[in-house]
This record gives sequence, structure tokens and C-alpha cells, in this order.
Amino acid sequence: MRRSRMTNTSVNAGSMADIAFLLLIFFLVVTTILNDKGLMLRLPQKTDIPPTPRHKRNIYNVLLNSKDHIMIEEEEIFNMMKIRPMVKEFILNPGKKENLSVSPKEAVVSLKTNRSTSYELYIGVLNEIQAAYYEIYGERVGLSADEFRKLDRSNPKERLLYDQGRKDIPMNISFAEN
Amino acid sequence: MKFKKQSKSWQEIPTAALPEIIFMMSTVVRETDLLVEQKLPRASQLRKLERKSLVSYFYIGKPKNTQRFGSEPKIQVNDVFIEVNNIPMFVQGEIQKIPESEQSKMTMALKVDRDSKMGLLIDVQEKLQEIDKRKLLYNSFQSDLNY
Repeated sequence: MRRSRMTNTSVNAGSMADIAFLLLIFFLVVTTILNDKGLMLRLPQKTDIPPTPRHKRNIYNVLLNSKDHIMIEEEEIFNMMKIRPMVKEFILNPGKKENLSVSPKEAVVSLKTNRSTSYELYIGVLNEIQAAYYEIYGERVGLSADEFRKLDRSNPKERLLYDQGRKDIPMNISFAEN
Repeated sequence: MKFKKQSKSWQEIPTAALPEIIFMMSTVVRETDLLVEQKLPRASQLRKLERKSLVSYFYIGKPKNTQRFGSEPKIQVNDVFIEVNNIPMFVQGEIQKIPESEQSKMTMALKVDRDSKMGLLIDVQEKLQEIDKRKLLYNSFQSDLNY
């Protein structure tokens, strides 16, 4: 076979740079969008002074053991969906029950975990406890839990709603090891 | 005097190396290389971080390279592993990057692998409590499940 005539052929590589650049920007944007959301919380302050003892009825014990069992007030919970209404009832105590909180202000949810509890379960349960609080906050200002969480605190109008919702009901979640 | 017109000189800038340059840039721009497993958990009650400049990231999980680093979970900040006892030093460095008026708004973002256990996280949180950096974020993905 006869070799074809020598010609100077080269692929135009000039636009390759643009392609690579676009890819770079695409991945940058996608990764920053994905990662900056999560469950927000504030740990209780560490003090050497033992905290003033609270009445037993104001503390709601949520226990996660090493085998990933959930115990709420010594009762084993098998369905995660039950947690949210239970926590809400504890905080608000609409029926003025003897064993639930005196007032939302006093209420503390104590989340106890073991060192070998799985992180996934911990996040799941914490999510439910926070959901209970956000639903309560939202209900007070006529919003859903979702809308309440998305309030933009740098906007004065929304800030007001946010403060109103949270007024006198601090999100008291304490963390301990067992 | 007459200038002789130059004969066809056709000089193109070689562009073949440009993609290489951009690829080099992308390796520089990428902030951190992950040394640990990172499958974030899912949750529904997510909140957005307000200011990214006020955030310090901790990556917690099993090392990817188990042969070199073992299979016990570790803490990664920037591109290195640190021990729990070195957290105060790391945070101190982060604090200095932030103007004093905003230091109280600092958030510690904990990117914890969903398959890890609570043990190491408990230690980390205890340390953060000690140095009074108590605003945390457990990075999670949005879960579709919201009953």
C-alpha cells in the first residue's frame, strides 16, 4: 500500500483549555453547594460548677446504647417516627401531665450516647429532636418547620419572626456519654 | 528607501500546552485532599452556614489508606491528620485569621463519616467545649424523608 502524502495535520487544541476550565469551575461550584448544610447546634457551656439540679420531670432522657437501641424515658422505641411527637409533647406538655416538663423554658432533652453508638443513628435521633423544636417555633409564628429554618437572620423582618418563634423556648439539648 | 515586504510569516502561539496549565491550576485550587472516608449522613432539619469564612472544618472517619494509617477513625484538618490534643492549637490558628469582632460567630463544621462510631466524636466535642468553641455543624445531606 502506498503511504498517503505527508500533510501537516494537528488537532486544534486551543479550545481544550476552555473545556478544562469549565470542568474545573463546574466541580468547584457543585462541591461548595453540596457540603455546607447540616444540623446546627450549640454545645452547652462547660463549667466546673455542677449545674443546678433540675427536677426530674424537666429532663427527657433519650438514650442510645452500644447496640443502637433507642430508649426514651426507659421505654424502648422501635419506630423513629414516634420520637418527634413524643418530644413535642414533653416540651409543651399540653395536658399538664405530672411526668412531663413544667414549662418549655425549663425543659431539657438529654441525649446520651455510648462510644460505640453509630453516628448515623445519633444524627437521625438528633434530627428528630431538632425537628420537634423547629415545628414548635414555626407553629408560633405561622410557618412550617422548613420555612422557619430557612428564615434569613440578616433580614430584619425575618429576624423578628425568628426571635419571636424562639422566644422563651430555648433549644435545650444536652449531650452526655454513658 | 523601500522596505521589502516580509514574506508570509505566519507565527501561531502554541496552544497545545494550555490544558496542562489549567489542570495544574485545578490541583492548586482544590482546597483539601480527603484522607478519610466521607459518606455524610442524611437529615431533614438542615440549616445553611451563614458565613463560610467563619468556619473551620474537621473531617472524621476511617483513613482511606488503611495500610499506612490503620483502620481506626482519625481526624483530618486541612491536609493532615491531627490528634484530639492538638485541636486547641489548630483552632487557635484559625481564630487568628478572623477579625476579633467576629470570633464569637465561629462555627466548627464536623464532617463525620456515617459509618463511624460516636467515640472519637465525643472526644472532639469535649475538647471543643473546653476551648469554648461550642457552635457546631454536623454536615449532612438533605434527606427526602420528612414525615
